[in-house]
Amino acid sequence: MHPIPPGTRDVLPDEMAELRSISERLRATLDSAGYGEVWTPLIEYEEVLNTGEGAGAHYRMFDERGRVLALRSDMTIPIARLVATRLAGAATPLRLSYFAHAYRSVGHGTGHQSEFLQSGLELIGVAGEEGEAEVIELTLAALDAAGLARHRIGLGDGALYRTLLATLEVPRARHGELIERLSMRDLVGLERVVDQLGLARDARDVLVRLPSLRGGPEVFDRAGGPAGTALDGLRTLHAALEDRGVADRVILDLGLVRMLGYYTGAVYEVYDPAVGFTLGGGGRYDDLIGRFGAPQPACGMALDVQRVHIAQAAEERLR
Amino acid sequence: MRQKLTIAVPRGALLAGTLDLLDGLGVDTEEVRGNDRKLLFEDAGIVTMRPSDVPTYVEHGAADIGITGKDVLLEQPDRDVYELVDLGYGRCEMVVAARQGDDALAESLRRLGRVRVATKYPRVALRHFAETGRQAEIVQVNGSVELAPLTGLVDGIVDLTATGTTLRENGLEVLEQIVTCTARLIANPVAHKLKAPDIDELVRRIREAGP
Repeated sequence: MHPIPPGTRDVLPDEMAELRSISERLRATLDSAGYGEVWTPLIEYEEVLNTGEGAGAHYRMFDERGRVLALRSDMTIPIARLVATRLAGAATPLRLSYFAHAYRSVGHGTGHQSEFLQSGLELIGVAGEEGEAEVIELTLAALDAAGLARHRIGLGDGALYRTLLATLEVPRARHGELIERLSMRDLVGLERVVDQLGLARDARDVLVRLPSLRGGPEVFDRAGGPAGTALDGLRTLHAALEDRGVADRVILDLGLVRMLGYYTGAVYEVYDPAVGFTLGGGGRYDDLIGRFGAPQPACGMALDVQRVHIAQAAEERLR
Repeated sequence: MRQKLTIAVPRGALLAGTLDLLDGLGVDTEEVRGNDRKLLFEDAGIVTMRPSDVPTYVEHGAADIGITGKDVLLEQPDRDVYELVDLGYGRCEMVVAARQGDDALAESLRRLGRVRVATKYPRVALRHFAETGRQAEIVQVNGSVELAPLTGLVDGIVDLTATGTTLRENGLEVLEQIVTCTARLIANPVAHKLKAPDIDELVRRIREAGP
């Protein structure tokens, strides 16, 4: 036995041909939308990954001078570094794409991948809903080209719950606990913590109900009362998606929070009924590039190519 | 009623309560009740398994929703599933227990600087002792945890108990209560979006029928 590390795999010619074909179709869509492909090093200084506050460094090593290197855990942080350094002062908007492996450790026997191939895009220098709508429309189109038919994008606002907590004057000290319950998807625990806050009935109800609201634009009405203005951002984005004719393939999800710390606004997840996991995700990260010294609004999306392949294979079987 | 959702149902102590709940929702559970070897009941949309496997099936989307104990969820906190409803039944306490009239835990901590604890719930146990400022050596066992302190393997145990009878019969007493555990309804994150109307309808009916 010559084992390979948990969560990694060898790819043989049959599978490789299919992965290659999917990658080419995704790449063609991004190319024709004007997204130029970039490469960054597989290893970065750990410090760079920490500056980004993303998934952090999972696999570390030392270089010959004792500096800590780490395998990148996503591509967004290396690209933020690239934009703030190599492309500082370049004309915006910048449209960048990538096909690259990223690394996050997973437990033994969980069935998750620690090495995964990402296909992604980053749109830099476009603030607000027009940037987000472009990224969402393009992701849907890329997956169409890859042979999927039933994929949907879940859309939320990563700042929504925090905004709401501030509006309802929930003591700051309790915010962390509530956001943690929400990101753990523990709605039972969330309700329990909200009940300890001693809020007025309608404030309590909106905090408990909001994370379960998902669907079409009717969720804006169902959210009601105190959530009102906090939803303006999502409303505007939804209108932009309607203009582009893709709103019916987007599921609004008022409880969506993505774990990565660098997201500042809209967050997305990609679903397909053939796969129990998200196929990818992304969001707006307006502060991230600034942490590397050249502030720029930006948003992006990353797809897990192997999962897209699983969904595509399932789609083929249905036909 | 033919379920549009596939439900992961736990065998063991939570089975009876779960089938009663499903009956109340109009799911036909007769075949499950009549057959304790078969595992997959396609007509009813039910798959049966050990409670600790429920989060695995639901996380991977092999079942859209599932029912399992809070003890299982606490032990597998990395599972990416929604915890939707506290179903109320299957109430148990997670406790620290040791031999009656024996201060092995405290003595061990005082003289040896740590406690030795046997459990089927290593993560829950480690977290409890860490939160209470004590170092613990966890010995993982797979069954009859009560045996471990009686043979001198450990100073105490962390285990789930409903009535305390098994503990008492083995000469053990409860020293600390860690957390109360009940049955929970969990959901796959993708199904939670793509099958939102079905899941919401189910949750609404469970709450209506609720305790």
